[in-house]
Amino acid sequence: MTILIALATLGGLTLLLALMLLLANKKLYVYEDPRIDTVEEMLPHANCGACGFPGCRPFAEALVEGKVLPGKCTVSSPEGREAIATYLGVDAGAEEKKVARLACAGGINVARNKAGYQGLKSCQAASLVSGGGKACFWGCLGLGDCEAVCDFDAITMNEFSIPVVDEEKCTACGDCVAICPKDLFSLQPESNRLWVACKNLEAGDGVLEDCEVGCTACGKCAMDAPGDLIVIRNNLPVINYKYAGLQSPDPIQRCPTGSIVWIDRDKGIIKGRESKKIIRQGAIKTGAS
Amino acid sequence: MWGVKKNTFRHGIHPPEHKEETNKLSIRQFPFAPLIILPLSQNIGAPAKPIVREGQEVVRGQLIAEADGYVSVPMHAPVSGRVRKLANVPGVSGKMIPGVFIEPFPSSGQEVMEGTPVSLEATPEEMLKAIQDAGIVGLGGAAFPTHVKLKVPDDKECEYLILNGIECEPFLTTDHRVMLEQAEDIFTGIRYLLKITGAGKVIIGIEANKQDAADHLASQVPEDLPVSIRVVPVKYPQGSEKMLITSLLGREVPSGGLPIDVKCVVVNVATSAEIGRLLPHGRGIQERVVTITGPGVIKKGNYLIPVGTPLRFVLEEVGVYEDFSEVYMGGPMMGMAVSNLDISIVKGTSGIVVFREKDVTRSEKVYPCIKCGECVDACPLSLNPSKLGILAKFEDYKTMAESFHLMDCFECGSCTYVCPSHIPLVQYFRLSKSIIRKKIQMKRESEDA
Repeated sequence: MTILIALATLGGLTLLLALMLLLANKKLYVYEDPRIDTVEEMLPHANCGACGFPGCRPFAEALVEGKVLPGKCTVSSPEGREAIATYLGVDAGAEEKKVARLACAGGINVARNKAGYQGLKSCQAASLVSGGGKACFWGCLGLGDCEAVCDFDAITMNEFSIPVVDEEKCTACGDCVAICPKDLFSLQPESNRLWVACKNLEAGDGVLEDCEVGCTACGKCAMDAPGDLIVIRNNLPVINYKYAGLQSPDPIQRCPTGSIVWIDRDKGIIKGRESKKIIRQGAIKTGAS
Repeated sequence: MWGVKKNTFRHGIHPPEHKEETNKLSIRQFPFAPLIILPLSQNIGAPAKPIVREGQEVVRGQLIAEADGYVSVPMHAPVSGRVRKLANVPGVSGKMIPGVFIEPFPSSGQEVMEGTPVSLEATPEEMLKAIQDAGIVGLGGAAFPTHVKLKVPDDKECEYLILNGIECEPFLTTDHRVMLEQAEDIFTGIRYLLKITGAGKVIIGIEANKQDAADHLASQVPEDLPVSIRVVPVKYPQGSEKMLITSLLGREVPSGGLPIDVKCVVVNVATSAEIGRLLPHGRGIQERVVTITGPGVIKKGNYLIPVGTPLRFVLEEVGVYEDFSEVYMGGPMMGMAVSNLDISIVKGTSGIVVFREKDVTRSEKVYPCIKCGECVDACPLSLNPSKLGILAKFEDYKTMAESFHLMDCFECGSCTYVCPSHIPLVQYFRLSKSIIRKKIQMKRESEDA
């Protein structure tokens, strides 16, 4: 008898609550555009934030509402972007592919350390201890925070502790730009091939004591560059990408240190023939010059 | 909570003191370097704006850079000479900062150009202005502009003026020597400070290892000053103003608050001596007392060094052993490891400690936290460094700041000192704090935009 009462009570309760849920579902139903789910499926699910939205879902919502164009997602392949554009019946939006570029070439074989750093293996931590041990104040510390933060395995540290960006894999999400304590990374359109791989604001041969591939602000690259393509500002060449159509590998041929480079799609970083040939493979000894 | 006086604070550590090596050596004048390199940003706040040109001749004591805003102080020429150039100079934090290079005249002496004196009859506002004009910053090491610190907000009152003569940092003896040799200046400074803050009582806090300084000051107290001298047991980090207030008065400064919230203003004894010496003559700071010590130094001592003297010149003058390997600006606990000998002595430099390679134990291996609780027993602010360390490892900065009060940590290093697993806790916290500060700033900027 007891069991019957229990069953009846619980069964009744179940039915009652189910009824309430059913009513609530009908009454409080919020319409959501089914296209959001479809568009989200078509996005790369990287949740990297490169588009400026917190993740792929909010970006999909903005896409469906027509606030942005699919081109904003730099992680998708061109075909993927085109597919979303066709599905939503909008223009794909021509966003040129950007990549992260490092404005330093001072690996351990060319750049001197004034002091040895010991502690957490992190550039951010090292930069808080008197700026790290590197003689050049602006140079890459080489402890690989960018390599660790990159979600796409696009950054690898080479044998001289300098990060190398794989332009195929780089999606320009900007994580490495944000984490570098020396602000050496920046996002550049892939077509900008002429690049200054130095941030040293000093001028003269003193620079070379700290780093053999540093820019001495000699100005040779700027001197016969076409138009205003290259100007020297704050002891550094500044490439005016407004005239990007004028860029050619010519200026790198005149650089005596190899701090202005041409980044080739296939061959990687190319230095001019005038630039110093670095044959040292090991690290420079730490300490005063 | 208030009124219970225990003469000390909870937790803390007892590192080896190493003070007997220099505390009997009187302050000696240091020679001028062949080139004075004066960074224009020596304190917290905005850097000073230079008002000299290249090639201009300057006189010792002459104003060469103006304050740029309220939280900023001017700079005075530490030596008579010619301005060689205005260029970037390396700073102790590892950034390039604007600076002035002065080449001293071979004949330059110790005489100083003086300005308008500010007497004890002046109003508190005039005195605060004079302190700013003299370029005075906290000489204990933090280098916070003194006039900002001394300004008591209108809705608060100051009951106690506390003079900090603790000097808990191992090796350093600058405040000790200042108390022994500049008692008169300290008391003149107190007269100014009393008028500025409106405090009724003065306490000079001194650790028990400086009994001679306490006795000397006690014998010199002018009768009309309400000064009491309190000797407290030796413990690190008692020199932090929050710890000192707890030790002397049993009051606890609230989290995120300032000493004025418990009706106190804390000033270093050397800062008070500087106020007492400079204001009656309208002068600016040109030099400060620096303890140069450590196993790597041949001629240890307390030196009066012109601000802007390059560290390399200082080490050459006092002599260091060939195999010196580590140099600290400030003490070994809270000082900065120096990565570059081309930086200069600044107003906040209280000491230079040099170690030789054989004195340094390098703990290469970091072991996992064994939850022994040593760090919890050491933390003077009763934080939980063990938990914070684990959170830092997993980059959970939000929890660290919101639930575990990370931003109260003042990086005294007690937790790292006692950790048997050699976990670099302070470095974790310093990194986490800088990341949190950066995030707050970014948030504020995006809200403004």
